[in-house]
This record gives sequence, C-alpha cells and structure tokens, in this order.
Amino acid sequence: MDASIYARLDDVTLSFGEHVILKNCNLDIVRGAITCIVGLSGAGKSTILRLLDGLIEPSSGHVYVDGHDLCHTPERKLVDLRQKTSLAFQFAALLDSLTIGENVGLPLREHTALPDEKIRHIVDDALESVGLRHIYDSLPNELSGGMLKRAGFARAIVTRPELVLYDEPTTGLDPIVTNLITDTILRLREKLDGTAVVISHDLHSIFRMADYVAMLFEGAIIAYGPREEIRTSTNPFVQQFLTGSEVGPIPV
Amino acid sequence: MRLLERFGEGTIAFLEYLGGIFSLVGESIRSLVHAQIRYAETFVQSYELGLGSLLIVLLTSLFTGMVISLESAQQAVQFGIGSLVGGAVTYTSVRELGPMLTAVVVAGRVGSAIAAEIGSMVVTEQIDALRSMGLSPVRFLVVPRLLALAFMLPLLTIFADIISIVGGMWIAQAYAHINPATFISSARQAVGFDDVVKGLVKALVFACIIAFVGCYQGLSTRGGAAGVGRATTSAVVISIILIFGTNFIMSYLLFGAH
Repeated sequence: MDASIYARLDDVTLSFGEHVILKNCNLDIVRGAITCIVGLSGAGKSTILRLLDGLIEPSSGHVYVDGHDLCHTPERKLVDLRQKTSLAFQFAALLDSLTIGENVGLPLREHTALPDEKIRHIVDDALESVGLRHIYDSLPNELSGGMLKRAGFARAIVTRPELVLYDEPTTGLDPIVTNLITDTILRLREKLDGTAVVISHDLHSIFRMADYVAMLFEGAIIAYGPREEIRTSTNPFVQQFLTGSEVGPIPV
Repeated sequence: MRLLERFGEGTIAFLEYLGGIFSLVGESIRSLVHAQIRYAETFVQSYELGLGSLLIVLLTSLFTGMVISLESAQQAVQFGIGSLVGGAVTYTSVRELGPMLTAVVVAGRVGSAIAAEIGSMVVTEQIDALRSMGLSPVRFLVVPRLLALAFMLPLLTIFADIISIVGGMWIAQAYAHINPATFISSARQAVGFDDVVKGLVKALVFACIIAFVGCYQGLSTRGGAAGVGRATTSAVVISIILIFGTNFIMSYLLFGAH
C-alpha cells in the first residue's frame, strides 16, 4: 500500500441478512489529512468508521489501517491495533458512572502503568485542548451536548492516536458550537499531527476542515477528491447533495 | 413445512443463545484465571447488588418461614408431633427455600438491573466505546458483577435461612405453643452442617446463572429503549426458569442419596 495512504477500504461489502449496507466500497484515507465522508442519513457512513476501528468485520473485502489488515484478526491483536485509532462517538458515549476526568483518563489507566499524577496531568492537558477546563469532576449528565462531544474528543485523543474517527461531531448543535467543534477538530489535527476521518452533514463545516471529501451513496463511494474538486464537481449526485435540491438522481 | 421451519429457527436461536452464554462464561473464566479483576468495581457491585437486596430477602424469607411453620404446626399438633415442626421448617428453609427464594428475589431485583444497565450501555454506544478503547466489556462489566453475586448471594442465603427459622420459631410458639428449645432441638436433629453447605453451593450456582443471564441479555440488547425493556424482562424470566430447573437437578444430585 502506498505510504501516503494511512487506511483503506478495499472492495468492502457489508450486509446483515438481506440488508446490504456497503457494496464493493473502496476508499483511501490519506495520511495526515482530514477526510470527510458525506452522504444521506442511513447510507452507512458511521459503519465505515466502525470498520476502520475494527469494531465490525466486512462480509467480504479488506480493511487496512497503517498497513495491517483488520479482517480475520484475533480480538487480542485488534486491541493492540486499536491503540493507534480512536473513535469519537456521535453522542460521546462516555460512561455514565465515571466522572469526565475518569472517562478521559480511562484508556491511560487501563493500558499504561503511568502514575496517577501523570495521568491527571495528561487528562487536564487533553481537556484543555478541547476548551474544557474545570470539569474533571463533573458527571456526563451534567454537561451540554457540545461539551459532551468535546469531552468525547478529549478521551479520543488522550492516547495520541495516529487516526481519529469523528462520528457526526456537529449534528444537533447550534452554529456557534458547530464552529467551535470544527475549530477543535482542526486544532487537534495540528496537535496530534495525525490523520482524521469525519462524518458530517454540515457542508459549511466540511468545506472548512476537509482536505478530501468522499460521497457515499447506495453503499459505494461515488465521488472522492480534494474538497475544491468536490465543491465544483459536475457529478449530478454531488450537485444535488450540495445544493439540497429535491430534484435530481437521488430519490427523495 | 412452515411448522418445521419454525422449529428449525427456534432450535438455531436456542443454540445461538447457548453458544453466546458459553462464550461469555469462557471469557469470564479467562479474565479470572489471568487475575484481570477490577477490585474497586467488584466492591461497589457487592454493595449495590448484595446489600441493596438484603431487606427484601429478609422480608420474603421471614414470611416464608412463618407460613411453613403455620401450616406444619397446625397439622403436627393435631397428630401429636408438634416437636418435629422445628425440623420441618429448618429442613425446608436450609435445603430448598432459602437458596431458591433468595435467588428468585435477587434475579428479579438484580438480574433485571444488570440487564437494564448493560442494555442501556449498548444502545448509547458505551460498550462500543469500551471495545474501541481496547477494553473488554467482559472484564470491565461482567466479571465484577459475577464476583459480587458469587460472594453476596450465599451470604444473603445465610441471612435468609436464619430469619426464616426465627420467623418459623416465633409462629410455632405463638400459634401452636411449641417451646423454642423444642423447636431448636428438632431443627438440630433434622439438619446437619453438610445441608447448610449444600444449600450454599446451590446459592453459588444460582448467582452464576443470574450474573451470566443478566449480562448476556444486556450485552445482546438490540433496538433502543424497547430493546432494553425486552432484555430486562427476558433476563428475569430466563434466570427464574433456570433457577427452578437447576434447583431440581441439584437437589437430586446433592440430596438424592438421602
């Protein structure tokens, strides 16, 4: 695999029973870049993140992350490979029973032998980098939606992963918080000097942060390229999606 | 043909369920063997699952002991064998009703809570988050609950046995004028230490059933809030059926020779 490609979906098909989610899907994730995946709701965008994180296996095809094929890999090996990848969930998925600080520090406590003071320092730094200070002892149910998402980001970056996967980070947020989240993702990419994949419906946010944009339709990537190329694409599917028109090849 | 299909589907679903439970048991044993135990969480679970069930277990057992005594004392006194009531109450409580009723009460209270909690974690992606961080949900959630129940259910059973006997003794004295000394003497003759131990072995097995079924139902939750509701109900129903079935088998194996 080309060294500039950090992760790849290679002819991936995923189906549950007769329901086909991805069909012969191919996608390259460029190393060091932010790739945004767009598409209709229920198109299978979040499924791609779960495939890249090794949480699910494709029915056929291969998923490569940093040169390793995640398919048919034993769970114990996947645990090691997941140290390089982090998934920031749509609704943060913080553990209800733990404080924000404990949530963010959990991967460090479980996977390293670092002393408590050092972990506390790293967690404070992670919270600081997502613009959240003084919430170490708060419980997840005490935070707003935007704060929860950023706390989820802090947990995702605390181990300094090479690939961060963001699942709909701006969905359901007001424009100001959406901007804040977009800035945070850009800042974290700089901080980690890594690769990111973002699922989003917010076009303004996508064209602010994406280096590459991929459009998923009916289980396959139908358009992929640098953001300007996608923005000016003549592909009727892309055009209809970007303009939000009800008229076009995408059935409403 | 349709009937045959349904039978086949049912058989496959049953085998899948069985496979899932055995897989959970296997992974839990592996965690225990490698001493991958979260002690603080186990302590918290012991408190919440065990101590939280104490009052309801005591009340259930008290009334059960009282009703056994009430029924048996009436008959025994009529036939002039009132001195045997203590033995009847203690025998029934220690060998059968103590472990089984405690397990049924705990299955209702704790099994459902485990399934609901883990089921909610599934639908809010917290379980996926654990796996994404490279953490095993079995080590993180199942093992502490298993150990907490394995420790607390036998303990609760001891309390249930004692309160059941005390309740029975009180009713025997108040209702049939059976002297407490006679009651205790009869109880000591009827039940040996090995009976108590066998009752506690039953409790240990029931604890494993409640923990594994509750956790498995929670982990296999699908379909949002409705799915959590289904998982909770199934956890209680399946646990109780298994407890009754296992109780019969264990009674046959442990006490059958007597």
